[in-house]
Amino acid sequence: MIAPKYTNLLELHAMRKAYPGCLANDDIDLDLRAGEIHALLGENGAGKSTLVKMIYGLLKPDAGEIIFEGKAVNITSPAMARGLGIAMVFQHFSLFDSLTVTQNIALGIGQKHDLDGLSEQINAISQRYGLPLDPQRHVYSLSVGERQRIEIIRCLLQQPKLMVMDEPTSVLTPQEVEKLFVTLQRLCDEGLSILYISHKLDEIKAICHRATVLRDGKRVACVEVADESPKTMAALMMGEELKTSSKRVKPKLGPVRLQLDALNMHAPDELGMALKDISLRVHGGEIVGIAGVAGNGQDELLQAINGERLCSSAPMVQIDGQDAGQMSVSQRRVIGLSSVPEKRLGHGAVPSMSLLDNTLLTAYERLGLVGKGWIDHQKSRTVTEQIVSEHDVKATGLSAPASSLSGGNLQKYIVGRELQQQPEVLVVSQPTWGVDAGAAQNIREALKALAKKGAAVLVISQDLDELMEITDRIGAICAGSLSSFYATDTVNYEQMGLLMAGAQSGELAAVS
Amino acid sequence: MTDLILPILLTLMTAATPLLFAAIGELVTEKSGVLNLGVEGMMLMGAVSGFATWHLTGSPFLGVLGGMAAGALMASLFAFLVLVLHASQVPTGLALTIFGIGLSALIGQGLVGVAYDGLPNLAVPLLSEIPFVGPLLFNQDALIYLSFALAFGVMWFMNKSHSGLVLRAVGDSHDAAYAMGYKVVRIRFLAILFGGAMAGVGGAYLSLAYSPLWAENMTAGRGWIALALVVFASWRTSRVLLGAYLFGGINIIQLHAQAMGANVPSQVMSMLPYLATIVVLVLISRDQAKIKLNAPASLTKPFHPSV
Repeated sequence: MIAPKYTNLLELHAMRKAYPGCLANDDIDLDLRAGEIHALLGENGAGKSTLVKMIYGLLKPDAGEIIFEGKAVNITSPAMARGLGIAMVFQHFSLFDSLTVTQNIALGIGQKHDLDGLSEQINAISQRYGLPLDPQRHVYSLSVGERQRIEIIRCLLQQPKLMVMDEPTSVLTPQEVEKLFVTLQRLCDEGLSILYISHKLDEIKAICHRATVLRDGKRVACVEVADESPKTMAALMMGEELKTSSKRVKPKLGPVRLQLDALNMHAPDELGMALKDISLRVHGGEIVGIAGVAGNGQDELLQAINGERLCSSAPMVQIDGQDAGQMSVSQRRVIGLSSVPEKRLGHGAVPSMSLLDNTLLTAYERLGLVGKGWIDHQKSRTVTEQIVSEHDVKATGLSAPASSLSGGNLQKYIVGRELQQQPEVLVVSQPTWGVDAGAAQNIREALKALAKKGAAVLVISQDLDELMEITDRIGAICAGSLSSFYATDTVNYEQMGLLMAGAQSGELAAVS
Repeated sequence: MTDLILPILLTLMTAATPLLFAAIGELVTEKSGVLNLGVEGMMLMGAVSGFATWHLTGSPFLGVLGGMAAGALMASLFAFLVLVLHASQVPTGLALTIFGIGLSALIGQGLVGVAYDGLPNLAVPLLSEIPFVGPLLFNQDALIYLSFALAFGVMWFMNKSHSGLVLRAVGDSHDAAYAMGYKVVRIRFLAILFGGAMAGVGGAYLSLAYSPLWAENMTAGRGWIALALVVFASWRTSRVLLGAYLFGGINIIQLHAQAMGANVPSQVMSMLPYLATIVVLVLISRDQAKIKLNAPASLTKPFHPSV
């Protein structure tokens, strides 16, 4: 069915939701026309997630009215939302680790399904929309990027009228984002309406028709995207101008602080990636970037460097000249290595523990938060307060459990916690995933400042824009092997794409 | 030789059956993400209620139903405390066991000393005439047949049916299941109820068939072994079946060995089935990846659907 052109598929009137101590949504209005891609724009904590949860029936509004296809509806459950034709791609994935991709999708669709037939459908959709995914794999073995593909495919399978997407591109490679946008454009042409939640202004500029801007729980404006520039939208979103990023100047190279020497490591399980002959030197003062598509050995590399998995010989990892390949995680931390893993909840932070306790867990040695076996609570409180205020972490308090923070805020906290320790070597995976524009800028500036002070910084990321902006040298990881590294200002996106696909340096020359 | 082995195998099956019932029930409960440590108590209640029902009605069939109902009733008490009042699963389960031990002893006061012949065997015509295999597989009581049907039924349910998939999903991540709109509490309630009913049948089998009488605390720790079986079998039905029969087998062999006067302290002999079952299952279930795949990730975690 193609809806009449001028009806609003979805209208929200004066939606209100209060949590104890915070008014998350304050009388928000929104109207979404049939067949448009409508952006819901706002920084972390602006109330975007709360609003869409009410649309999807996960939260009960305190007040307000939802009108879908011209009828007032009271959406009380996700099943009811799906019944109406509303599908949602979550920001925090709702996936079952011990089940396969197909089983997860079958559960999300909510009807009985012939699983073999469903696998074929998944294959068909994944090929058609360029979302490669093996339906038989178990979710626990998938990277964040692959997990997100499940969510997207799951929604597409339901043939919804309205698709709500909560920051869907945050872990895709530039090529994947382009493909996804082609997909979204096609779906939109077919009559699907999309509510696209994001804080990435260039994306909104690229595919959205109109944007509703939220700030601090209030609707600030609804604008025609074509009439706006990223800058004016940023101003609406933040209430102030976005700081421009500092120009990266040629770094003063110090001594080699992190050296990987013919690092070989077998895969952690049959679905993981083995590391093959990885050699890399990172000098003090330098930021080196490793690009790559999810699942090519990024996690394994991080774990080999930070000591979660030990190398077969000590000189494979050298930190400030010391053979660290067989040191434990905390030994490496003591001599100056900090790391930020890709997965925040459960790897970067213990979900059920408070921010205070999470600070203690990685920072107690370098910041001296434990003396003679006793925890110095006063000091750890001070340190956590600094992290929270310097990185503008929005939390209900220092005792709030890590799991209660939104993804972006938790990332700010974790990166802040590691930066607070003034590491000599910092390895960080996906430093700004899910973090809003302003905060991402702060994190990038902080990484640059750290390098300027003489630390070696290794950034593993799928966000090529980010790597191009902040790194001095760049390479890619593909199938567990590193490509050659190049000075960042000498390579272009196309060449990087080839490196990420495993091209050798010879093939690269042909492109330039 | 056959004359010697056949009776051993026959008693072996009767020793394994109560464990099989209880362990498979608990497996279903745990797969939904709930750990019910009250198996021993539910089995005892099943045993005493089954026996009492038989005693009062004269019908072994009603006896089995009585045992099942008693187990389910105990389980629904547990479910109410854990799912509705959000009590912690571990202490609540322990309390259920202690409660069951006491209550069953109270109910069974007048039944001590009463004895019956046990459940009748149901011979399958023709097939039961096959030498050796016939009496073993086709001339057993109804509950033994049922226990196999149950094991394979649950195997099919878990791996092939949509409802089984939903159950596993709830046990893996109740938050994700809730976000998708599945009724976590209702699904768990049913799983707990099923676990209780099966523990009740397992208990009733002890007092109706294995040794057709009532004695206080007659389960003698089988509820705990059933619990251990589920974990050591890494939540796989086929291994629960294997473990139950291993336990039953060694139990019977050691009894026969004791009867023949083996020169080993009887306490050591009585330990053997427990020890051997655990050792074997631990050895075959060492694969971390498999455990990761089969263990219900939200086991014992409280579920608070909010925000």
